[in-house]
Amino acid sequence: MFTGGFDPVNILAILPEISLIVLGLLILGLDLALPEERRGILGWVTAGGLVLIIGLALAISRPGSEPILLWGGMLRHDWLGFAFKIVFLFAAAITALFSMDLFDSGRRGEYFLLLLAATLGMNLMASAADLIMLYLAIETTSIPLYILAGFLTKDDKSTESGFKYFLFGAFTSAVMLYGFSLLYGFGGTTNLYGLSQAFLEGGLSIGAILGSLLLILVGFGFKVSAVPFHFWAPDVYEGSPTPIAGFLSTASKAAGFAVLARVMLAVFPSIAVEWGAIVAALATATMTIGNIIALAQKNIKRLLAYSSIAHAGYALIGIVAISYLGVASTVFYLIAYVITNLLAFGIVALFGRVAGSDDIAAYAGMSRRSPWLALGMMVALLSLSGMPPFGGFVVKFAVFAAAIQAGMVWLAFIGVINSIVALYYYLTILKYVYLYRSEDEDKPLPVSRPYAIGLTVLSLLVILIGTVFAPWFSVASSAAAAIFR
Amino acid sequence: MQFPILSVIVFIPIVTAVIILLIPQDRKNEVRVTALAGATFALLLSAWAYFSYDIPVGGYQFLEKYTWLPSLGISYQVGIDGMNAPLVLLTGVVMFTGVLISWGIDDRPREFFAFLFILATGVFGVFVALDLFMLFFFYEIAVFPMYLLIAIWGWKETREYAAMKLTLYLFIGSVIALVGALAMYFVSGMGTFDMLALEGAGFSADFQRLWFPFVFFGFAVLGGIFPFHNWSPDGHVAAPTAVSMFHAGVLMKLGAFAALRVGIMLLPEGAKFHLPWIILLSLVNVVYGAYIAMVQSDFKYVIGFSSVSHMGLVAMGFATLTRNGMIGAGVQMFSHGVMTALFFAVVGMIYDQAHTREIPKLGGFRKVMPVVAIAFIIGGLVSMGMPGFSGFIAEFPIFMGVWASHPLIAIVAAISIVITASYIIRIVGRVFFGNLPEEFEHHVHDVTALDKVALVFLSGILIIVGVYPAVMVPLVESGVDKILALLGGV
Repeated sequence: MFTGGFDPVNILAILPEISLIVLGLLILGLDLALPEERRGILGWVTAGGLVLIIGLALAISRPGSEPILLWGGMLRHDWLGFAFKIVFLFAAAITALFSMDLFDSGRRGEYFLLLLAATLGMNLMASAADLIMLYLAIETTSIPLYILAGFLTKDDKSTESGFKYFLFGAFTSAVMLYGFSLLYGFGGTTNLYGLSQAFLEGGLSIGAILGSLLLILVGFGFKVSAVPFHFWAPDVYEGSPTPIAGFLSTASKAAGFAVLARVMLAVFPSIAVEWGAIVAALATATMTIGNIIALAQKNIKRLLAYSSIAHAGYALIGIVAISYLGVASTVFYLIAYVITNLLAFGIVALFGRVAGSDDIAAYAGMSRRSPWLALGMMVALLSLSGMPPFGGFVVKFAVFAAAIQAGMVWLAFIGVINSIVALYYYLTILKYVYLYRSEDEDKPLPVSRPYAIGLTVLSLLVILIGTVFAPWFSVASSAAAAIFR
Repeated sequence: MQFPILSVIVFIPIVTAVIILLIPQDRKNEVRVTALAGATFALLLSAWAYFSYDIPVGGYQFLEKYTWLPSLGISYQVGIDGMNAPLVLLTGVVMFTGVLISWGIDDRPREFFAFLFILATGVFGVFVALDLFMLFFFYEIAVFPMYLLIAIWGWKETREYAAMKLTLYLFIGSVIALVGALAMYFVSGMGTFDMLALEGAGFSADFQRLWFPFVFFGFAVLGGIFPFHNWSPDGHVAAPTAVSMFHAGVLMKLGAFAALRVGIMLLPEGAKFHLPWIILLSLVNVVYGAYIAMVQSDFKYVIGFSSVSHMGLVAMGFATLTRNGMIGAGVQMFSHGVMTALFFAVVGMIYDQAHTREIPKLGGFRKVMPVVAIAFIIGGLVSMGMPGFSGFIAEFPIFMGVWASHPLIAIVAAISIVITASYIIRIVGRVFFGNLPEEFEHHVHDVTALDKVALVFLSGILIIVGVYPAVMVPLVESGVDKILALLGGV
């Protein structure tokens, strides 16, 4: 497997993944060793450990400007993967914080272990450079998430959502695997970059390549919840534990995009025009259907599910542009989106636990119960709708810019019209939060410490992305450079 | 390096907003005093910037430039010239008086002032922006707080509807203009959003003709241009007093100004091609707006539609593409801003006491609130374009410009002056003179000292500009000369 001497960069590059496994084992050990009543610290250990891993990764595992293939071509150590890894680790840390109040007793260890396993899978997804590695990574991500979605075994909705997610996931993953096997058959290699070479050298009919690409798109479309593979999202988000719904809608979706960007742009440049048209159609349908159905929602988790479907559509615009700016804008979009949506789901999780309801109507009087929480909600929703000075504005600006640069003014127009539709339902929620009164408005809305930390960090980051954008954009540009080089 | 006065003006309001949010919720007086302090500071600085602008030197002054997102050519760049200096001052004036008028707000004043000040930062930012991206950035910041301000503290009957309508209208306009701005960015090939650079981009005539309507109307929606004016009277009426003042006084100028800055100045060929028919729309604004104002029975709707009519004059002045027309439009933006702020302040004071705005039910308010009556009459005279008041200084050149370029339109537009006089005189007669209805005799009192300060301040400005136009006209002239140079000396 290794030709020549062993290069230490092989280890350094996967240091975050190794640390994740170590952290997972630590959690497992603590879960066994600690007495029941002290297992509350498992959440802190998970979150703290993840933050440490982020620090470690930033200090040691940063890729150079030249991408390199490692572990016999299984992984590609580049900025695209690295930027996404940091995002996943961060999202997992926040999710761990938000999950701490989820249980009254027991089963914490398993929960956090599964969360770490899913994160490990996502990390590998982001840097996988080989079909086999890619498939294994996707499954490593998905299987823990199926269990997590159904984790509240006493809650019928949660088990239903876990099962539904599993069935959908298994089906699309099988279709995708079929696509992978066809690709191997046509290209004679499982390495993504080798495949691209094989297709460019040609001799293969466009129809054959396009056909296998469509099969693969089914799997990726499921991961990013693009229309028409979005049906699972609202049901699963509604039923699963809210922090997990947040994790699904952010990290898991971003992981799907990492793979989508890499595979589409690295393997299929030879038929870029054809798949560009297909993905443009997907983006249009995803934005439009997501936003229109969101208008009718009464449950906030379902509403956020449809809104997150719509956001997948905006992020796809950057991919469709098939350009340096396009990929950079998609990565930038996802960074801001992950942080913003985590904030939104965090508040929903907290509010749902205290108020015992996820109905939008239950949010009436929230600003009188807790002005700060209401302000956080406003920051999240306005950022999602693309208002400055929050992160959502500049990233939408970037994806629309990418579309116009690519000469697709029509797609930019569809995007802006959609953001108006979206603004309507986000404002409707704010109307409940700020305007309507309710009988419960004297009841306090206590914010526990993990939530206070998580929500504050997220709110500040949303504003930071929206005002000081140069550093974030330069990371996104490095990620794009890993593909266009 | 000189003192970054414009940046300080832009960021004072938002810093004040953050400080206000940190004050505990029940300390309402501390909130109000902090707000007043911030507003006073902003007013003084904007007055300083206005009066220390060096007219003979001309061009953009107090320039500041910092890179923001260098890889896309986005920078934070500010400066003022003859067109935006009066608008910066206007914003300072309206902000200051708006805080005075809102002293009595008792439901969550902390959030109210915080949102109002975030809005003010957006407005200042747009007026001084010299970077296209930055202009949009602050434009959106100026739009969204309106939703909350109207929906939470507005008039119960229509606030939800009006707030949503207004926000969606303005957002649609701005994002459509945004697409146009991005098209300019990529077609110019210069990789910068710097408007001073884009002025020299030399876009082809076809490109300009295609994109001018998107950019111009995208912004002009906020300027209340027909047929996209519909949100504005509803929004004015539903908003609480200070927000109506901001909204009609400042925000509508934001639209007109951005349409000028981005539409006319960056796409001059497109402007020359399209404005000759757009002037017809502005004529509809002027005459139809005045007519609708005349037939309203709700006091606040009268003022709301009068804004539509007067903002039509601004668009008309620009659309003449003549020197006089543009100078008039520049002064009109300031004059109408102060005048309409005064009007809405008066309406708010009367409604607070009488709890009705139906003109037939009111009467005799001169007796209980004489200062308010005098202030309204001054505002009315401005509105009618009487010599000696700022309205004359603004409207006379506009009509001169229109007469020079489109005599027929000037004749039709002049009808609006008569209509305006009729509704202003009707209100003065019905509301302020006559007998005070019995039902009001006991609970209607004179307004507070703070309210009087605000009214005197606003009326004073209208008179000063009217009797001593040199305080503003030469400044605006210097700004207009630059626009005419871009238009190729029309």
